[in-house]
Amino acid sequence: MSDHLGACKARWGINRMDFLVPPGLYAIGTPTPEAPVLVTANYKMTYDLVRRVLAGRNVWLLVLETFGINVWCAAGKGTFGTGELVRRVAESGLAKVVTHRRVTLPILGAPGIAAHEVLKQTGFSVRYATIRAEDLPEYLDNGERTTPAMRELSFTMYERLVLVPVEIVLVLKTLLVLGGGLYLAALILAGSSAALTALLGYLGAVFTGIALGPVLLPFIPGRSFAVKGALAGLAFSAVFYAVAGGALWSWPVQLASFLAFPAVSSFYTLNFTGCTTYTSRSGVKKEMRLSLPVLGGALVASLCLALVGTLVK
Amino acid sequence: MKGFRYLSNVATLELDQGRCIGCGRCLEVCPHQVFVLEARRACIGDRDACMECGACAGNCPVDAISVDSGVGCATGIINEWLREKKIPGLGGGSCG
Ligand code: SF4
Ligand code: SF4
Repeated sequence: MSDHLGACKARWGINRMDFLVPPGLYAIGTPTPEAPVLVTANYKMTYDLVRRVLAGRNVWLLVLETFGINVWCAAGKGTFGTGELVRRVAESGLAKVVTHRRVTLPILGAPGIAAHEVLKQTGFSVRYATIRAEDLPEYLDNGERTTPAMRELSFTMYERLVLVPVEIVLVLKTLLVLGGGLYLAALILAGSSAALTALLGYLGAVFTGIALGPVLLPFIPGRSFAVKGALAGLAFSAVFYAVAGGALWSWPVQLASFLAFPAVSSFYTLNFTGCTTYTSRSGVKKEMRLSLPVLGGALVASLCLALVGTLVK
Repeated sequence: MKGFRYLSNVATLELDQGRCIGCGRCLEVCPHQVFVLEARRACIGDRDACMECGACAGNCPVDAISVDSGVGCATGIINEWLREKKIPGLGGGSCG
């Protein structure tokens, strides 16, 4: 799962080319014409993982062009899809290479595929094998039958943790612009030490929402990601208050910090729903309709408070 | 999924049992075990577990399933809303 989600944001652009494997038909070991055909994406990490777990076996590997994106996200975009599969089957001459008419796909590729269309257009029937590549050997040994465990999704602490760096890279530009603006405004209004405090608080709140919220996900109460993020942000505000000497701030500024930081954290934790494999889009929409006005209101109120707090000091 | 549960009563998943031919494909592709097969017909056993990935709908050979699937992160949905209203988005990171 980790590598499925790892490049959920493969657009981060750093060394993208290193993550590409040329699409086409590969032989692992010395497969016979009866050997199974496993289908995967040309995302380097997935490809390497599949090759590693299948080492010592004789199977065919059909790599689809997903532009370096993992199976799960590519299926959502449709690049790991019926059209590409049909094209690769034809282009690789698969029908001449193998005598059977079956292709074996990862379960998380299913959102991009219409199995009955593939059958109609290529004569190959689609089998959905496992969610994790690690289960492929057992699947093959099991007479190509999927056990309930192979169909069970997981979202472990590690699987959540590996998503965080990408999320951070994605918001760097926003951080630079908003953080810079905040720093300058505070610098002009209240001087350099207040500006530094405001900037650190903002960055901390973002980090809380992006990293702490997702990593501690199952331990924070509630089902709503916006609420989880706000709770994490509230905890951060309290810690920040203690560490940064909040007792010395004027009360409007104190109040402002307890409004703004949770709002910022809340938004970023809510944004993490794009990387999970259990949140529905309708649920996220509902959360946003409810939470965005509240978050926006909290930010506006805290800006006013901070202004009042610094001006009437 | 064990240990994780999202909001209740939001999923847009619909199943037309009259069309179902009981092939079992939806049970095979769903990563959240939403469907069960009863008397050779699929039925929705756990709608609230649905993450709206669209795998079942796309793989049902008789089009018996419908679900509103698509981008699921906040930034992606904001950009979508802006596009619908024809307001140019702020860009920003999105898995879209
Ligand atoms: S995939 Fe369609 S036809 Fe097959 S069991 Fe599910 S609902 Fe019925
Ligand atoms: S949309 Fe995805 S999660 Fe929902 S029932 Fe269909 S396959 Fe399962």
